[in-house]
Amino acid sequence: MCRIRCFEERVAQLARSRRVHGLIHLSIGGEGVAAGVCCQLRDDDAVYSGHRAHGHAIAKGAPLERVMAELMGRADGLCRGLGGSMHLVDVEHGLLGATGVVGGNIPLAIGSALAARLRGSDQVTVVLFGDGAVQAGSFHESVNLAALWQLPVILVCENNGFAEFTPRSAHTPIERVTDVVAAYGFERRTVDGGDPGAVWEAFGEFLAVAREGRGPLLLECLTHRRRGHYEGDPEQYRDPVAEEQWRGSDPIVRLAGRGIAAGWIDQPGVDALGAAARVAVDAALQFARASPFPQPELSAELVYAR
Amino acid sequence: MSGLETTFVKAINAALARAMRADERVIVLGEDVAEGGPYTATAGLAEEFGRERVLDTPISEGAVCGVAIGAAQAGLRPVIEIMYIDFLTLALDQLVNQAAKAHFMSGGQLTVPLVLRTQGGSGSRAGAQHSQSLEAWVTHVPGLKVVMPSCAADAAGLLASAIADPNPVVFVEHKALYFRREPVARSPQPVALGAAQIVRRGRDLTIVATSRMVGESLDAAERLAREGIESEVIDPRTLQPLDIDTIGASVRRTGRAVIAHEAVTAGGFGAELCARVQSVAFDCLEAPIERVGAPFTPVPLSPPLEDAHRPGAEQVYTAAVSAIEWDKPELPTPDRIGAR
Repeated sequence: MCRIRCFEERVAQLARSRRVHGLIHLSIGGEGVAAGVCCQLRDDDAVYSGHRAHGHAIAKGAPLERVMAELMGRADGLCRGLGGSMHLVDVEHGLLGATGVVGGNIPLAIGSALAARLRGSDQVTVVLFGDGAVQAGSFHESVNLAALWQLPVILVCENNGFAEFTPRSAHTPIERVTDVVAAYGFERRTVDGGDPGAVWEAFGEFLAVAREGRGPLLLECLTHRRRGHYEGDPEQYRDPVAEEQWRGSDPIVRLAGRGIAAGWIDQPGVDALGAAARVAVDAALQFARASPFPQPELSAELVYAR
Repeated sequence: MSGLETTFVKAINAALARAMRADERVIVLGEDVAEGGPYTATAGLAEEFGRERVLDTPISEGAVCGVAIGAAQAGLRPVIEIMYIDFLTLALDQLVNQAAKAHFMSGGQLTVPLVLRTQGGSGSRAGAQHSQSLEAWVTHVPGLKVVMPSCAADAAGLLASAIADPNPVVFVEHKALYFRREPVARSPQPVALGAAQIVRRGRDLTIVATSRMVGESLDAAERLAREGIESEVIDPRTLQPLDIDTIGASVRRTGRAVIAHEAVTAGGFGAELCARVQSVAFDCLEAPIERVGAPFTPVPLSPPLEDAHRPGAEQVYTAAVSAIEWDKPELPTPDRIGAR
């Protein structure tokens, strides 16, 4: 979580000076979901994500320096500079792909789970999406198929209450995503996404079920999106959140507080994690800056697989 | 050809079965596919390979296409059926934004060995939402391959190559071709994607035709031959990638070209063919390139109106005569340029 936070705070600075390219969507405030979900998975478990994917990629094991290089459009980026922030892929670590089309890759996750079943493997597929995706047709078609075929896929919805600039209440009368899928009857739960421990525990239980080849399952994590929809969003649609209220929902502060109270970490330990993250992000940025832009021929080379 | 008689749809069916026997990664998904589908293209597959590999799906074209993409990325070789090309609209987001770009956007990490089979075309009195020819849309998307066979033997050979290809391939069949009896080889060989076929040799004129219009063009060529005009008829077979070398060389020999498809002429693939041909054969052209296609209206239901809408041998013949009889103007004067 510290690495994701530090990485994204640096990306926010780089976005202001146009050093990272394209539309940048940060997940500050949502690190508890990335960590609570992705850190429990194996490299051969497949993760699909949406446009707010940096945290998921990092938590799934994508190297910081290659994520940074990708955001900067460099040849050593995860996708050789052709994907960028919204389209991160790291097959080696099981990040099968983020997408810039809201809800667009939920069916891909169902296909991945179908393939795992046909192969007789115990691989689990997880797809993370925001509450905005729940109003897309692809979500409903996919949920129906997953339920019909009882596939080992875990649907993780990060419900931050906003679809881009609009509060959820303006898009749908159904407040909870777990209620949207209730008629299918599969297991579903809503947890406080700002509490990494709660996410970890609930997801861990779901993972055990999916690991046995059963599913689908839906975990709804209520989160707070600290930043705007994208970097540069003037956020005229919502009132600023008071610093004190934000700290109350900050997953890093909350987990640190819980650890200190329980005695498994102390304040110097928390500070050391932050410092180590800063060192790692500095190194990632140095790596990315040193990486060249890709050769122009690369585009034509990669239109078709050979 | 030593072989047997079959129909286009049986050739498709046999090619699917051969691919599934040879490679257990090949699966088939679509509405009613386990029941054989409305045209029997998948008949018997569920019985031979089981419902684990022949999956009936709900009427959810978008998700089904996406499921196939995810399965392809995970190592399977899915063949999906979109029952009518008219419903391709429902799967276009998946096809265009996910399938076509995954290899590129991942820097080559992902591949999508997917075949999307569908059928289009008019003539069955099915009205404007079950009769279209929409292949041009998908030829416009980098990352997709587009195949359009005109006969049973090519259908079998091209489908084998499409399934073996590591890229998403849109395979467009024509419902009017499904049940004609045609010869095929006993064990059909794969037909490479991107290789046009000269289906009739001729020196006076080149007719480039796709799908059902290949047969119509051969009929027109017979009639032209009786009048002493020898037409070369070329079937590109794949629209993307396009074998412009074969087509261009033919037009350079004959100096005249007619391009024929069943789709609406405006914005059709014929426009692209026309542009590509003139760029490689401009100095050899003796006449403007003629295009044959449907008028710019939806396909009407009423039989006489549908028949009038649907291009055929007659229109190809007329276009060929125009190309042959077209007189090069004398040295143009400013007046004549103004008049044109």
